[in-house]
Amino acid sequence: MTTVLKTEASPPRPGTDLAGRLQRFSWNFTDTFVVARRNLIRYVRLPQLLVFSTIQPIMFVLLFAYVFGGAITVPGNIDYINYLIPGIMIQTVLFGASQTTVGLAEDLSQGMIDRFRSLPMARSAVLAGRTLADSIRNVFVVLLMVGVGYLIGFSFQNGLPAAIAAILIVVAFGHAFSWISAFLGLITKDPEAAQVAGFVWIFPLVFASSAFVPVETMPDWLQAFAEVQPISRTINAARYLTLGDAAPGASMTDVWLTLVWMAGIMAVFVPLSIWQYRRST
Amino acid sequence: MTEAIIVEEVHKRFGDVHALAGVSLSIPEQTVFALLGPNGAGKTTLVNVLTTLLFPDAGHASVLGLDVVNDRQHLRNVIGLAGQYAAVDQYLTGRENLIMVGELYHLGRATARKRADELLVRFSLVDAADRPAKTYSGGMRHRLDLAASLVGNPKVLFLDEPTTGLDPRTRLDMWNLIRELVREGTTLMLTTQYLEEADELADQIAVIDEGRIIAEGTADALKSQIGKDVLELRIEDNGRLSDAAAVLRSVSSEELQTEPETGRLFLPVTNGASTVIDVVRRLDSAAIDLAELSLRRPSLDDVFLSLTGRRAQEHANGQTGHPADQPQPAARSETA
Repeated sequence: MTTVLKTEASPPRPGTDLAGRLQRFSWNFTDTFVVARRNLIRYVRLPQLLVFSTIQPIMFVLLFAYVFGGAITVPGNIDYINYLIPGIMIQTVLFGASQTTVGLAEDLSQGMIDRFRSLPMARSAVLAGRTLADSIRNVFVVLLMVGVGYLIGFSFQNGLPAAIAAILIVVAFGHAFSWISAFLGLITKDPEAAQVAGFVWIFPLVFASSAFVPVETMPDWLQAFAEVQPISRTINAARYLTLGDAAPGASMTDVWLTLVWMAGIMAVFVPLSIWQYRRST
Repeated sequence: MTEAIIVEEVHKRFGDVHALAGVSLSIPEQTVFALLGPNGAGKTTLVNVLTTLLFPDAGHASVLGLDVVNDRQHLRNVIGLAGQYAAVDQYLTGRENLIMVGELYHLGRATARKRADELLVRFSLVDAADRPAKTYSGGMRHRLDLAASLVGNPKVLFLDEPTTGLDPRTRLDMWNLIRELVREGTTLMLTTQYLEEADELADQIAVIDEGRIIAEGTADALKSQIGKDVLELRIEDNGRLSDAAAVLRSVSSEELQTEPETGRLFLPVTNGASTVIDVVRRLDSAAIDLAELSLRRPSLDDVFLSLTGRRAQEHANGQTGHPADQPQPAARSETA
């Protein structure tokens, strides 16, 4: 057989001058997009994945709106569905973030991470590409939640810019959390263990929050926890952006504090995950 | 001749396990080097050190003059790695997998596409190019994996157990592909559990055990040193095994072994074919009936027995350390 490999395919080796540094820096983004596209293709090739990951949040909306909703009273003069949807949006992106854990554990166990790490790609890209892809999926799922909500009586009360801001803050918070999930995936290594590990810590955080019921109804000790934890903060922020001043117990302060939480989570878990990635094999 | 890979006193520990206990090697450019050893011997750890996946605890290693720790970013431009798993994305098509790797080598989308097309032709994957890799057979997936390791035009290629778990025919296909690569001047380091594979492909072989190189040389040198062909006999009447051993003891200068439970007898021989005639004559004149007789190539197990005095499996406790196509007999007792 004659050689058919004619293409000059030598990987570029930028120098240490400014142009080289800029080139290298730009790879952080281009490599991230390459990896994100790879992760999103899975949803196209395996549409069941998207279908089943959206059925669960839709069930939560219906369950809480119709089964528990009648028994839950919320302060102020607002419909329970309007109280519920911001909480459900956060719950959805956080449960979705657990997919980051599973995805990375799969990549590790199947040798994909070894392959990526032997390539001259940016070392942040495998993780950033994964969290980016999961956040893009979250945008889709949150919009679907809003659509289902509108069918059963939900509506944004605070104008379009605030509505967009509500969705953005929800998705951005999910993105910050998926860096925690990424770290868990890298240390769990096994996809089946990751199924549990990705989920189990999110569950109490979501339920011991203001997502479904006002925290005032909880016992004192739990109330104390529910009030300080970041998920209640973010739910209140989303609720404030959705409902305006009618949102019970929520204010613009919650929005600022949410941004602080997000920055804090990213500041810890982005470097921690990348450090763990570099020593994974 | 220039050295492509230099390894000096490399150590790597994982907790209590000394995975590499002072390994030194030098591998000339444009040669094929096989690292032969059972599971857990340290083969993959060494490949991982050389491909920048693991830092050595002590010692130095360089590939094409690039240090595996200090120059790792540059080093990744000039090496290719196909690990033990066929590390391809199941949901991407074969073509998409190769283009993705090309883009991550920063070849640019257009070049990455052209390169993918060429590799698909080269590895006979054109018909399956636009199907998701999860529909591929094991052999196709391994070919795609090998293709992916070549996207960046590597000067040094690392293949970690390239044929483990493949059926015999697919293994032959892989061997042919690997031979072609080598003919084009790629330096290749491969790891294997199969002596036969090292013999077929490699110019130089090193045997590794418990993180140490225990033998090194050309395939021929190593074989004449350690691996004689093995004549395996089973006699009808187990009770006459010791008679048979007595008759056959002087046939070969090597140690003869018996396995009383199964009535088997193992005889390492240098000149297989003519020894067979001698053996049959001797048994016939002693009126010992023969049930089976076979002459087989030495296995990794035989190499290990001869180098370390113990079997490869004892070492790789609880792991499937022997090749599926060379069934190993149960424990032997020495009767020399």
